[in-house]
Amino acid sequence: MSHASPADLAAAARAQLESLQGRGLKPKDRMAIPAQEMPQQDPDERSANFAEVALGYSPEQAQVEAMRCLQCRTAPCVEGCPVRIDIPGFVAAVAEGRFQDGIDIIKRNSLLPAICGRVCPQETQCQAPCTVGKALKDVDQAVSIGRLERFVADFERQQKPHAPAVAPATGKRVAVVGSGPASLVVAADVRREGHEVTILEAFHKPGGVMIYGIPEFRLPKAIVEEEIRTLIDMGVTIRCDYVVGRTRKLHDLIDQDGYDAVFVGTGAGLPVFMNIEGEHLVGVFSANEYLTRVNLMKAYDDRADTPIMRSRRVAVLGGGNVAMDAARTARRLGAESVRIIYRRTEQEMPARVEEVAHAKEEGIEFCLLQNASRVLGDEYGCVTGLECLRYQLGEPDDSGRRRPVEIPDSAFTIDLDTVIVAIGNNSNPLITQTTPGIDTNRWGNITIDDDGQTSIDGIYAGGDIVLGAATVILAMGQGRRAAAAINRRLAGG
Amino acid sequence: MHRIMRKQQLSAEVFRLEVAAPEIARERQPGQFVILQLHDYSERIPLTIADADAAAGTITLIFQTVGRTTHLLADLAEGEAIPHLVGPLGQPTHIEQVGTVVCVGGGIGVAPLHPIAQGFKQAGNRLVVIMGARSKDLLILEDEMRAMADELVICTDDGSYGRQDLVTAPLLEYCQAAEPPAAVVAIGPPVMMKFCAQTTRPFAIPTTVSLNTIMIDGTGMCGGCRVNVGGKTLFTCVDGPEFDGHAVDFDTLILRLGAYKAREAEDHHRCHLELGLEGAH
Repeated sequence: MSHASPADLAAAARAQLESLQGRGLKPKDRMAIPAQEMPQQDPDERSANFAEVALGYSPEQAQVEAMRCLQCRTAPCVEGCPVRIDIPGFVAAVAEGRFQDGIDIIKRNSLLPAICGRVCPQETQCQAPCTVGKALKDVDQAVSIGRLERFVADFERQQKPHAPAVAPATGKRVAVVGSGPASLVVAADVRREGHEVTILEAFHKPGGVMIYGIPEFRLPKAIVEEEIRTLIDMGVTIRCDYVVGRTRKLHDLIDQDGYDAVFVGTGAGLPVFMNIEGEHLVGVFSANEYLTRVNLMKAYDDRADTPIMRSRRVAVLGGGNVAMDAARTARRLGAESVRIIYRRTEQEMPARVEEVAHAKEEGIEFCLLQNASRVLGDEYGCVTGLECLRYQLGEPDDSGRRRPVEIPDSAFTIDLDTVIVAIGNNSNPLITQTTPGIDTNRWGNITIDDDGQTSIDGIYAGGDIVLGAATVILAMGQGRRAAAAINRRLAGG
Repeated sequence: MHRIMRKQQLSAEVFRLEVAAPEIARERQPGQFVILQLHDYSERIPLTIADADAAAGTITLIFQTVGRTTHLLADLAEGEAIPHLVGPLGQPTHIEQVGTVVCVGGGIGVAPLHPIAQGFKQAGNRLVVIMGARSKDLLILEDEMRAMADELVICTDDGSYGRQDLVTAPLLEYCQAAEPPAAVVAIGPPVMMKFCAQTTRPFAIPTTVSLNTIMIDGTGMCGGCRVNVGGKTLFTCVDGPEFDGHAVDFDTLILRLGAYKAREAEDHHRCHLELGLEGAH
């Protein structure tokens, strides 16, 4: 992958824009416009810093990229969007340089575009069915809807921010448990109707996975903090250091504290381990722990008291976005060698294509069709290596992906000092254990009806506590739906 | 913000704080703990709730100065505040009337043991307390325990007070008695808990231990507090902090607790000098 400088990319786009403007563009002309490359930090430089990797389009790049959109009447992109943003509408506005109009259109459906523009898996959602990508037979050639979303969101952030209008006070009170993407959407949507909203967050800082999990280089914390400041400006109260299920039982919020409705958006938080020998050795971390130490507790900063192991040789087990985040974080903390160990092939990897590409550029090694079978340690209980087995792909399993099958007698060992386990999360038991009458499925996820309401009247839920491990945008979508139901409920009484 | 209402130094390295925390004081039960953070760049550390007064809205924390954060905490004066305090975390102790309960506390472990002993006493059990410390001046909560216990045995390593013995010696005697205890609770350094569990195992006396592991969030999210109990990976913060002492794999636990020892020793030394505490070494 070539890496032109941001200035060169902007200059090329400027020239392109001049040649296009004023011309009536036919679909054929639009398809001939080159896809705009995302300016990014040089891989060698960025593997030693925590600053954002993708730098964002210039205004000219955004306009040129938007002109690639055919404005097709079927708009398959909208079908691919979990919150059904009017994508052709906002892209047309960008093409004409009406950036504020563009963001206003997005905000009718999505509340956190600066975040979603960065972390949504667009290549499997809105961009997957894009007619341009289909015609060019390459999903990477689809219109970069996500980058355009990010561009207009960042454009708006640079203007004077204004908090959305709030209806007159209704006297109704809603508690929102957790402060990740689902919860932030509920807080905003419910507050707008004039209801009093209190967010109850377990950590000392709000933002959930966007603060403790997703690293700075992928989602700058300042963006999340701005979204939270907007909520505070709207009059939402945020209480940190408050664990519902412990500091207060869920029932008590309604029965004792007088909340009229509660939304539970506590996320997926109970890391799964491999259950292999040596997993308790010093130097084995869950990705959650590793990332939390770095992101939330700022362990990479010399001023921070929270320690982080200064690893030299690291293996990350798993092939999702969290695995990529952990590997790239270890790299930035100075590890000489970082490898991803995944038991299927790159095709089956759940991580976003872009994250995989970024990881490779930063020198992360991909060890595919392998899996850890034993962590090796020394007499001090510290990790010294990993025993792995080789795999081949067999018949498809329930998920439709080809099942990895162990190759007999294929064991081999590698020298390491750190193993990061990133194979997913089980549902957190805190709320379900302490809330009699709340129904869960067999994985312990809270079950909800079409309104997002749980088996307990007045208690709603959404996000990963319902979905298992999902994405920011799906969590937001569920939050939206629950907020609408809560607003209907409160308007009725 | 949680104001420090009262501060006492119990021994050279042990402090007692009464902290305003009405919501935690209202909900807390014996066996539970809090996590606190002192400033933006500070660690989050777990501390057991030694006592609470729901009416006054305060909880009592007793801690030993070990690493950087406990030293900073010891440096706070009455009237100053702890910015972040979250809890009560962990499962409460399962307390019921079983007969005679022997509560064994070692060093700072006597602090978390206190509310549990109190709970068993209030549930109508006959309470035996065995307390151990390196020497007399490191012994804490003796008066409080004496006021409550039907029998109290004190052991010191150097013989400066009570019996010169490890706590496992009197524990073994109670196990061998004509009427052995119905349950044992042991809280202290991991090595002490390991040997208490070994002592009671041949007698098949249910033995509960309370673990104080490395922890970040305290809600199950990070998994740093994981411990091998009966071959299963459990999390101290949501499954514990109390576990069946006969099932805990103490050897790996002890290794894990050593993960940041070098850094802790360095902080201990530097902080002691900075704070001008006694016993700098």
